[in-house]
Amino acid sequence: MAQRAIREYDGKAIFSKHWENYFSGFRYGFKSVLVTSGDDLRAKAQEHGFEWLKQEALVAKPDMLFGKRGKNDLVLFRTTKPGDVTLEEAAKWIDSKIAHETTLLTGQKGTLTHFIVEPFTPHSQDQEYYISATTVGEDDVLYLSAEGGMEVEEGWEEKVNEVTIPITMDDANIEHLIRANVPAGIPEENKDRFIAFAEQFYKFYRDQNFAYLEINPIVMVGNDMHILDLVARLDDTAGFMMGDAWCGADFPTAFGMEDQSPEEKAIALADSKSGASLKLTILNPMGRIWTMVAGGGASVVYADTIADLSGNVADLANYGEYSGGPTTGETQFYAETVLDLMTRHKDPKGQDKILIIGGAIANFTDVAKTFTGIIQAFEVYADRLKAHNTRIYVRRGGPNYEKGLKDIKEAADRLGLYIEVYGPETHVTDIVRMALEK
Amino acid sequence: MSALFTKDTQAIFWNNNASAIQRMLDYDYVINRVKPSVAAIVAPTSGNKFEKFFYGPDEIMVPVYRNTVEAAAAFPNADVLLNFASFRTAYDVTMEAIAIKGQFRSVMVTAEGIPERLARKMNQAARDAGVIVIGPATVGGIAPGAFKIANVGGTIENIINSKLHRAGSCGLVTRSGGLFNELSNIISINADGIAEGVAIGGDRFVGSVFIDNLLRMESNPEVKYMVLLGEVGGTEEYKVIEAVKSGLIKKPIIAWCIGTIAKHFSSGVQFGHAGASANADAETAAYKNTAMAEAGMFVPASFNDLPKTIADVYAKLTKEGIITEIVEPALRTVPKVRRKKEFICTISDDRGDEATYAGHPISSVATPETGFGIGDVISLLWFKKRYPKWATDYLETVIKTVADHGPAVSGAHNAKVTARAGKDVISSLVTGLLTIGPRFGGAIDDAAKYFKYANDRGMSPAEFIDYMKKEGKTISGIGHRIKSVRNPDLRVSGLKKYAAEFFPSTPLLDFALEVEKLTTSKKDNLILNVDGTIGILMVDMWRALGYSEEDIDGFIDAGALNAFFVVGRSIGFIGHILDEKRLGMPMYRHPTDDILYNVEYADEI
Repeated sequence: MAQRAIREYDGKAIFSKHWENYFSGFRYGFKSVLVTSGDDLRAKAQEHGFEWLKQEALVAKPDMLFGKRGKNDLVLFRTTKPGDVTLEEAAKWIDSKIAHETTLLTGQKGTLTHFIVEPFTPHSQDQEYYISATTVGEDDVLYLSAEGGMEVEEGWEEKVNEVTIPITMDDANIEHLIRANVPAGIPEENKDRFIAFAEQFYKFYRDQNFAYLEINPIVMVGNDMHILDLVARLDDTAGFMMGDAWCGADFPTAFGMEDQSPEEKAIALADSKSGASLKLTILNPMGRIWTMVAGGGASVVYADTIADLSGNVADLANYGEYSGGPTTGETQFYAETVLDLMTRHKDPKGQDKILIIGGAIANFTDVAKTFTGIIQAFEVYADRLKAHNTRIYVRRGGPNYEKGLKDIKEAADRLGLYIEVYGPETHVTDIVRMALEK
Repeated sequence: MSALFTKDTQAIFWNNNASAIQRMLDYDYVINRVKPSVAAIVAPTSGNKFEKFFYGPDEIMVPVYRNTVEAAAAFPNADVLLNFASFRTAYDVTMEAIAIKGQFRSVMVTAEGIPERLARKMNQAARDAGVIVIGPATVGGIAPGAFKIANVGGTIENIINSKLHRAGSCGLVTRSGGLFNELSNIISINADGIAEGVAIGGDRFVGSVFIDNLLRMESNPEVKYMVLLGEVGGTEEYKVIEAVKSGLIKKPIIAWCIGTIAKHFSSGVQFGHAGASANADAETAAYKNTAMAEAGMFVPASFNDLPKTIADVYAKLTKEGIITEIVEPALRTVPKVRRKKEFICTISDDRGDEATYAGHPISSVATPETGFGIGDVISLLWFKKRYPKWATDYLETVIKTVADHGPAVSGAHNAKVTARAGKDVISSLVTGLLTIGPRFGGAIDDAAKYFKYANDRGMSPAEFIDYMKKEGKTISGIGHRIKSVRNPDLRVSGLKKYAAEFFPSTPLLDFALEVEKLTTSKKDNLILNVDGTIGILMVDMWRALGYSEEDIDGFIDAGALNAFFVVGRSIGFIGHILDEKRLGMPMYRHPTDDILYNVEYADEI
């Protein structure tokens, strides 16, 4: 999966864990809690070490990987005036937000479930700065600005200094480069402090295998650092090297994406238990063209070709693939899941349903063996497939493909299913054209 | 060198991935390669010295090393590393390979999911060192008719069907490894197959990108046109567009980016690889396809039309005479049924006209005028090398020196007793030989082992004596019952004299003589004895012959020193046995008055 977003809370926890190693000389309080309801927050306030929840003015906001929370009016920092939110008010606000679905300005819809609650930090605009780091091309880029807050994106070119750091650059040169690129707008008396922080920020980003790390704004009051808003993505492929350095951060699904169907969840579960790869995404449950494609690259070209040739992407019902030598049982389960989904709704226009059993030329997967699982699924779903006027198109190559094609054709004929089968002499996606032209 | 691989290319295969290696060797056999494409295997945890593989109907042995440095030293011409380490170690393995100066021209990395920062470091280090990295997260590549990486191309049947057994005229570069076979198939149906194909890998950061491979293919005269299969996400295709626009690449390129579907779905659906998501319009497949078409590349209307585009370009190039017809080469077939051999023999061969000793027909070593003595025959059959005369003379000297030491030693005594019991030569000889071991004849082994151990670790003679004292061991090879400094053992004198005159150098003997100086200063008879001298000089001989310390330790561990004693002393034992037969001596019974009887009644418990 590679780069994956983590919650703001987890990002701050990682900062806090490593603070002394990187940011000695600076102070960071890490007063943050992650809660899922008003009661959760009230309970947290009773715990030792979290007395501040009862003593200080609070800020509450959703912690669910999406940005622009201010613009979406999802940051609670005032009741009548900024900095007057109490524990009880924050708890009630959270309960009001989880009670119903929320629609963001982007149109994303979903239910809020996770909130980060922190002390309100009174500060002036000129104490806010911006800092972030990510990878562009082969290099790291550190972005620095004397202006923090939401305004930074308007006027990025003028306000933000980009520091490009090649992967092989040593620490001395990195420090030199950052010093030479410090934003002009930083007040003279804070310059050295900001440079020191920026250097340490970059090393922290680098050593902890972040893929993206942004603090906007960071508030600097003397040597006190307040991380007001944080966005972070980790390179999860580095996870095996990191031990507990990531504080057990999890990788939540993006807001609005969590509603996987039971079928998708079941396939994901089967995938996680198998050495093979089983993937299923339902794009349109009412779509008329369903696919069962072996291999990642092939699954993409089938989806491409269906969208190109049908002229209506809504025809494409699902996307997915099976590969890496699934067992007959796994293939049967995958096939039955697809066949079940595709025979639930009558096509609204009364058109035939199309099932594409596609795949490129396999390296070493025994095609006949794989098809055995699909044939077993046919046995179960034959009547339903016929009831939906399903036409089946098969294309596959690789070890034992002749037997595989012969077996699946015989089985479909015996069950009275419409089927056409093709081998490597037919172009991999040409069955899509045949299916759509008929 | 513009071609990535040639028919002489050899690889070091990191990880003993037996099935992939076998597929490479099957391919080699089919396309009539002279040398197998896998020179050596690196397997850090393996205790084996080699692995057996089929080569056509026969078996061959591929040497196994514990690390890449050793394998590279043994095969300086193997310039490809096939890195099949896991995502946890693939980075270290590549970095180790890159650090071996002048060895590897390319490194293929198969692991998927190497930490991105490590992948970037690895790719940059390779670029700086001028090493081509194929991957990570790739099935590899192929130069048809020359060299095939691991599992590329699938089964031999598919390889031949897709014309991957001989060079065609297309250069293929693809991100998708899963579509590699398919593209080879398409190109074989609609054109004449590929000249070189590389799957660059599916991870976000890969070593060689499209442009690296296409520029190489541009300069490879075997490649007449290229097929590029890109993917949604990233901007690598634009480097190719620039190269086409600037005229750096002049050969026709047929190009397509897969993942056009992604534009229909705002977010969340991951179509294909980890790197396959568009962060900007320019990274979408559709945008890239349009841009590539505008740059003058041949871009089909849809992936489904790719075959036709290839056929058109091929027809045009054929018509222009740029592509000419290929003469199909003769192929060998790999037998369907092959049997693994139970035994291996690497020293002699009796299958030909005349049996050979390490390649030398017996008649060429047997008679005096051949110049081969028994020392030569031993060097051939025991060490698979023909040693120089000073060394074979030494071996013969040893055998002559140890041939006998009178009837009283345990082995000779046993042989005599057995012969007098009426047993045959073999039984009698064996009873004698069975006494050879740690106490009888073993000093040769032990002297070689301990003196070498001390010398290898840079101990001074005094430290060595201390060390042996602490270990509670007497120093093997030092001390004699009768002989002393004033009454030297003439056998030892002879050996030393020979070595001084004929050995190129004798560092271990020099060390031993320093030890002797110290021991004899304590007691006159603590001299370097004949066993010690033989063992120590044997080590000096092997060193002078160029063997590594590990090789020599291996000889000692295998019992080669003991073996010289066995061969030499067998001559003496047989002499004693024949002597007994000749004398017709009766059954021997030991006199009871020479035995101390001390038998007590056994209590019940």
